[in-house]
Amino acid sequence: MADIVLDKVSKSFPDGTVAVQDVDLEIADGEFVILVGPSGCGKSTTLNMIAGLEDISSGELRIAGQRVNDKAPRDRDIAMVFQSYALYPNMTVRENMAFPLRLAKLDKETIDRKVDEAAKVLELTSLLDRKPANLSGGQRQRVAMGRAIVRQPKAFLMDEPLSNLDAKLRVQMRTVVSRLQKQLGTTTVYVTHDQTEAMTLGDRVVIMRGGAVQQVGPPQELYDHPKNLFVAGFIGSPSMNFLHAAVQDGELHTALGKVPIGDRVRRELEAADAPRELILGIRPEHFEDAELVDDDTRRRGMEFEAPVDIVESMGSDKYVYFTVEGEKASAAELEELAADAGAADFAGAGGNLVTRLSAESPVAEGQTRRVWFNLEKIHLFDPANGRNLTLHEGRAAGALAD
Amino acid sequence: MAVETTTRAKLRWGLLDVLVVVFALVPVLWIASLSFKTPATLTDGNFIPREWTLDNYRTIFDTDQFVRALVNSIGIALIATLIAVVLGAMAAYAISRLDFPGKKLLVGVSLLIAMFPQVSLVSPLFEIERQLKIFDTWLGLILPYITFALPLAIYTLSAFFKQIPWDLEKAAKMDGATQGQAFRRVIAPLAAPGLFTTAILVFIFCWNDFLFAISLTSTERSRTVPAALSFFTGASQFEDPTGAICAAAVVITVPIILFVLFFQRRIVSGLTSGAVKG
Ligand SMILES: Nc1ncnc2c1ncn2[C@@H]1O[C@H](COP(=O)(O)OP(=O)(O)OP(=O)(O)O)[C@@H](O)[C@H]1O
Ligand SMILES: [Mg+2]
Repeated sequence: MADIVLDKVSKSFPDGTVAVQDVDLEIADGEFVILVGPSGCGKSTTLNMIAGLEDISSGELRIAGQRVNDKAPRDRDIAMVFQSYALYPNMTVRENMAFPLRLAKLDKETIDRKVDEAAKVLELTSLLDRKPANLSGGQRQRVAMGRAIVRQPKAFLMDEPLSNLDAKLRVQMRTVVSRLQKQLGTTTVYVTHDQTEAMTLGDRVVIMRGGAVQQVGPPQELYDHPKNLFVAGFIGSPSMNFLHAAVQDGELHTALGKVPIGDRVRRELEAADAPRELILGIRPEHFEDAELVDDDTRRRGMEFEAPVDIVESMGSDKYVYFTVEGEKASAAELEELAADAGAADFAGAGGNLVTRLSAESPVAEGQTRRVWFNLEKIHLFDPANGRNLTLHEGRAAGALAD
Repeated sequence: MAVETTTRAKLRWGLLDVLVVVFALVPVLWIASLSFKTPATLTDGNFIPREWTLDNYRTIFDTDQFVRALVNSIGIALIATLIAVVLGAMAAYAISRLDFPGKKLLVGVSLLIAMFPQVSLVSPLFEIERQLKIFDTWLGLILPYITFALPLAIYTLSAFFKQIPWDLEKAAKMDGATQGQAFRRVIAPLAAPGLFTTAILVFIFCWNDFLFAISLTSTERSRTVPAALSFFTGASQFEDPTGAICAAAVVITVPIILFVLFFQRRIVSGLTSGAVKG
């Protein structure tokens, strides 16, 4: 058990690539922290530096208060689960799990007892004498977890441990990982690509981009109060909608009509170097069929009309895709997000608007529908640096806040 | 397209196999046959000897010359193989795993050695070894054998090492292994097929060498079988040694066959399956 502190940790490779840049992160004892970000943003590199598999170029890494920059992996007492599982193919499951204990020179009885315990927790008891080649993907994954937990290390590091499993197994293993971590209370750093894993597993989520940390916080906080355009677009599925907004006469001209702004945002925009164009962001669930909105709610938002493209009924609610006219929002962050998600998944910045309406809405494809959206849930971003202008002391307050 | 398995196809393949095997084995069988013939029937042109005899074998094992050469051959080849494989494994491991300055140069130079015509080195080596007083010793042969076997060993072994997922080594390190332990307990067992293949190739190279054996030795002290064969005279000065030479030739193929059979069982492929999701 131990806390892990990264103090301005950077990594540059011999070929000049700066993979990780000045990462500051404090991981408390027993905490479950998730690292997410697009491909190539330095998640694995960060993890490998904590593990000791990569040298730290600059900065300091402390585990349990001790500087470990120059310590070999085996002296850090940390276990790692690899994306590829990395099981020793020449050893049986039992031998695989016993390997770290044998290296630690424990006596045979203790080793057997610990392996049996871990096998029981992971339901591997009947597979102990098999070789990895004769196991299914899910079983191999469990063996890899088993090998990590047997020796009760100070911390677990996991690099996309579930990404090689099929969707159903992944859901299953996700609960296994979550339960295991709660049970053992061991500090865990978990790298993933998966939105759901990021939102559901961790106590806190670290979003990285191009080697730098963008925002750290509990999943809900990142979702509700993103610091910048990148975080807003990265978290959430389907992702946030982004629209171009021109500042004119104290109003925002957008494809959804003229959006009024409150005093706080106005003050921000009065500064000499304030942007004349903004990006307006709004999540799918903050739209509603205008017919279904009561008067009290209606006052907190505004309405627009648009042709319905596609209706996807999910039973509990409906995803409705609208086509909207007008200039597209453009920013470096949005392009990056689109590239990472694949253009199909990231509709955020296109001429498409993704909304989540109540199941009762009689909306049908082809018609033009009147839709209400919540002005208090709007985010405004500066396209130049991605900063969220609606964020005040870490809270997003919408466009109307005074 | 699946391979046909009808009876006719089987027959055709069988015939073809027999043809190939016979073609490859006729010279060997011919020598074996000669080794069992008496001097009188040696040149009668019969494939199957009409008069069987073991005299030729008796002759070669009676002369100290051959037995001594056999001991030299086995000793020199085994020692050279062992050293070449160990050194080759270390070099190959470094080449396949590390990115160190001068790596390309190392690989290039070892390739150069492999391509160097050995004949051109014989006279310089002869002079050098005489100066160093290792001419006509085991060491005098072991050293050049290692030199020429190493590139071969490095190449085969680094191909094998590259197939072993790197993650395994990282996993071993995370599990608390030192670099040495990771190599010995995880990587080496997986590279075993490669080690055995290389051992066989190097052993055969040393065992069969004639050029160095004949030029860097002068007495029975270190002469190996291929060289000794050329000095064969038979039991007496005036006997035709053909039968004895053939017997000796048969005898020296036996260790190679044993060596290959012994190691071949260990060359099973697919040792790394199941290590990583593939
Ligand atoms: N050995 C290396 N030499 C040079 N550059 C490297 C090396 N390893 C990684 N990089 C670069 O460092 C950056 C971060 O890599 P890293 O593997 O940490 O990404 P990641 O966030 O884990 O991505 P993914 O989600 O695809 O696994 C990438 O741009 C990568 O190209
Ligand atoms: Mg990675």
